[in-house]
Amino acid sequence: MRRMFVILGATFFVAFLIGSLFELEPAAVSLPTKVADNMAVSGVEHPVTAVLLNFRGYDTLLEIAVLLSALVVILAAGIDTSTEVRPSVDPVVKTLARLVAPVMAMVAIYLLWAGAFRPGGAFQAGAVLGAAAVLLHLSELIAGWKSPKVMLRLGLIGGFLIFLAVAAAMLVHGALLEYPLDWAGDLILLIESGLTISLGLILAGLFLFLTRDDGGRV
Amino acid sequence: MSSGLIFTNAGVILFAMGIVGIILIRHLLRRILAFNFMGSGVFLVLVGLPQRDGVVDPVPQAMVLTGIVVTVAATALALALLRRYYVLTGKLELPQDDEA
Repeated sequence: MRRMFVILGATFFVAFLIGSLFELEPAAVSLPTKVADNMAVSGVEHPVTAVLLNFRGYDTLLEIAVLLSALVVILAAGIDTSTEVRPSVDPVVKTLARLVAPVMAMVAIYLLWAGAFRPGGAFQAGAVLGAAAVLLHLSELIAGWKSPKVMLRLGLIGGFLIFLAVAAAMLVHGALLEYPLDWAGDLILLIESGLTISLGLILAGLFLFLTRDDGGRV
Repeated sequence: MSSGLIFTNAGVILFAMGIVGIILIRHLLRRILAFNFMGSGVFLVLVGLPQRDGVVDPVPQAMVLTGIVVTVAATALALALLRRYYVLTGKLELPQDDEA
């Protein structure tokens, strides 16, 4: 009975929303035009990167803060160490992971560099780095992480700190996160490099901290 | 119908499926998956709706890019909490009000 009501309600919701989509008027403000008009002062050539790191820099700054806090909460919640140990991995998979991991690192660097003028950037590069670490972990080439040591801690928060430092330094010129025109490209590359490393480590950490139960086994 | 509108409609349907899942399913892992369904639906609407006239809008695309990464972190956090809950109580469902 309850199931039927819920499904019926959801169907009405969908029908209502889709029906109203067709009535929708065009947006009052054309954001693509605004972005295109301001591309010259952004310091990069790709609109998505310009929005992420220049026009809407706040969002990106706070996003990396959100990621960090998620990781801190996971570490604070405590991690179960009683999970069963997985069976050993096929040597073919291990060899393949060894071959693929350096290529993934190279792809990450390419994505970071390409972000300035085509699709790519810190997030994609960080995701590839994180995936490489997870792959290496799943093929048992690196152990799960225990409590982070100084180096890992620095890596995890480095991206956020660099971003924050650059944002704060811009206060001298006027507003937070308002890059001077001549440096904008370099500053964005600096922030993105930091973000890539931190994002890669955080995303890998979300996985590797949670599987640290077999850390002592390798 | 433009491709943007198709994306939007698919997003609306995904979102509704997610809501149904969250209300009806009691298993917490599947509830987290349903929550991800809702999130994906929102992302599809965010990307699809602005480009219904065929003009690509970089602003919502950047927002969604940010959102996807945050979703990954939120899902990992939810899974960590779920695992902790399972270790502590041995259950994968939250207690119901009518049982208490």
